[in-house]
Amino acid sequence: MSTAVEANKVSCRSTLQNLMSVSTPEPSSLPQVNSPGKSTAVIGVDEAAALSSLLPHRRVVIEPRKGWNPVDFRELWQYRELLYFLIWKDLKVRYKQAVFGIAWVVMQPLVLTVTFTLFLGKLARVPSSGGPYALFALSGLVIWTFFSGALTSSSISLTSNAHLITKVYFPRAIIPLAAIGARFIDFIISFIILVALVIYYQIPITRSILLLPVPLAVALLLLTGLGLLLSAINVKYRDIGVAIPLLIQVWMFLSPIIYPVSLVPARYRIYYALNPLVGIIESFRAAVLSQAWDGPALAIASAISLLILIISVSVFRRMEAVFADNV
Amino acid sequence: MTSIISLDNVGKQYRIRSARASYETFRDVVTEWTVGRLRRQQQETKSTEMFWALRDVNLRVAPGDVVGIIGRNGAGKSTLLKLISRITEPTTGRIELYGRVGSLLEVGTGFHPELTGRENVYLSGAILGMTRAEINRKFDEIVAFSEIERFIDVPVKWYSSGMYVRLAFAVAAHVEPEILILDEVLSVGDANFQFKSFKKLEAIRNEGRTILFVSHNMQSVIRLCKRVILLSEGKLMADGPAHEIASQYLSARLRSSAERTWDDINNAPGDNVARLRAVRVRTEQGTITDVVDIRKPVAIEMEYEVLAGGEALAPNLHVFNEDGVYLFVTGDRSTEAKPVGRYKSTVCIPGNFLAEGTISINVALTSPVAVRFNESEVVTFQVVDTFEGDSARGSYTGAIPGVVRPLLNWTTAYTPASSNPVLSLEDVSV
Repeated sequence: MSTAVEANKVSCRSTLQNLMSVSTPEPSSLPQVNSPGKSTAVIGVDEAAALSSLLPHRRVVIEPRKGWNPVDFRELWQYRELLYFLIWKDLKVRYKQAVFGIAWVVMQPLVLTVTFTLFLGKLARVPSSGGPYALFALSGLVIWTFFSGALTSSSISLTSNAHLITKVYFPRAIIPLAAIGARFIDFIISFIILVALVIYYQIPITRSILLLPVPLAVALLLLTGLGLLLSAINVKYRDIGVAIPLLIQVWMFLSPIIYPVSLVPARYRIYYALNPLVGIIESFRAAVLSQAWDGPALAIASAISLLILIISVSVFRRMEAVFADNV
Repeated sequence: MTSIISLDNVGKQYRIRSARASYETFRDVVTEWTVGRLRRQQQETKSTEMFWALRDVNLRVAPGDVVGIIGRNGAGKSTLLKLISRITEPTTGRIELYGRVGSLLEVGTGFHPELTGRENVYLSGAILGMTRAEINRKFDEIVAFSEIERFIDVPVKWYSSGMYVRLAFAVAAHVEPEILILDEVLSVGDANFQFKSFKKLEAIRNEGRTILFVSHNMQSVIRLCKRVILLSEGKLMADGPAHEIASQYLSARLRSSAERTWDDINNAPGDNVARLRAVRVRTEQGTITDVVDIRKPVAIEMEYEVLAGGEALAPNLHVFNEDGVYLFVTGDRSTEAKPVGRYKSTVCIPGNFLAEGTISINVALTSPVAVRFNESEVVTFQVVDTFEGDSARGSYTGAIPGVVRPLLNWTTAYTPASSNPVLSLEDVSV
């Protein structure tokens, strides 16, 4: 379905003007009943007025889509309020009935941090990349919790919103984006706790904090790509929903969340960094804990994330036309 | 380009999927696992069969048109609406639209039970394409329409189903797209609310919006739409004035039930005394019909065979409307014994007596000692009003309650105003 949006297109406007210059019969002489084929033959005053009121509106052409379908950013922008409402709904519904409400958002990384600090930090003596292990683990877990949560909920988002997809049109990408957006709000809350602990541990906050938006932006890029791709595939093959929890467990151990990159043998690090989360987590941690940046790892992460995003968008744009038939 | 909606050769193809039987017992699982594998391979080639839900549809809709879409289940009505509302894409052809499309394919799209009425108004409104500013502006109107002011801050999961659909419909009715697509949404709420919903739709229509309306309720279609298109097996079969197309559709749809015959006497209802052979609905002229003009009489004819003579067998009819209301029973009052042979009994229901709607007939043959047969819903027919002004409804086009609709004569006595002590204009001028 290539949806050409050509507001006020010249051809459209000129036809409409022609229309309005059509001689206007008395309203009473207008055919009240539209016989087949003739329904548009006579355009009276009312019809011309109705059409002219459409001038500011968009022309939509619906056709079978083939080939490359560019992203309709303009349309996405028009639906930004829907994105907002869906994020808001997700948060509201998730915490409305929970007694501890939003406190659960910080519970997950905090409880995991305590667990890993006890077993890995204290008992197994896993080193941190500098500073207390607890803070090291928490900084990794805060962004990991966001990443894994957003990945899980976005990949099943289309199928769990089937009732919307089959009943109303809006850009389908809004749904996985809203799932990611809601988890990002969760992330912001747990991030505040992280900052509080950084201050508690008296870690100096340096200029490196200014680079914080970079790993976050890459993480969002990667999540958008994976979320779009996995949610689209999950519409047709429900295996994704089953495979995701396993993928997430493996991915956690392949990423420097509870152990530092320094534990990975140097000759494997280049392959290790192909996991975009390596660059993202390391840079995030470097920004928050004022540590040295691993530029190349972040560059690799950005490149891979961008590549995944481009592939995902093209897959998504092609598949979204028939989501409603398969979901 | 004078159309707000134009469809050119639009088609939608679906792949036929063989629904695999669900596993029921362990043995089934095993056989499915072994035999099913082989079978599935054979089915692979079969399942590539495609099916056209909609084929070569050409349609032009002018701004302000209200078009009813009718057809039986599976005719492609919903597919057509889904294509126009961009829920799914066509396989062939091209659709061109101007303006915002609002599709109400169900009531309560996007409602979430945990959220309050207020929250759902915003959520559902946004999903249906309203901006926040728009919802803010219409919020009070929506709540007033739904009549649930007191409960607007209560989670909708505590609502009664009536309250839920009222609120949901209220939101939907206040989306103001240039093109409104409706699928059976009128059938919600109690009679009062349905009436109100219908009024709202009429108001939307009168604002000059373009409406596409799918309904199985011919009366709503005829009242709301001037133009109706009929779909059958994915094709556009007819397009024209609402009442013409609707009655054409009704007669086509129900042809099978205007006549029912039992060719094999052994399978016919009855016993060793008498068996039913045929029941037919006929017009005055004797043609078999299932669409009856509300003004015209209708004859019900039953044929039966008496196999053992001597009993006083009385044929009778039991007449029901579409809600299952038992309208009346009528029977032959003769008490003479019937000898062996074939019989045809006919009774005529007068015109201007039945109300609009679907009438179904049970036939029975009874004697003082036994019921020989009693067959339910043997034939059904539609009573339609063509709105020509000479039926009991007169020039009124709204819904009329009541299970029968006799055309009765009224007399009105008039007392001239001059005899009234109140001063009238004439008195002054004199």
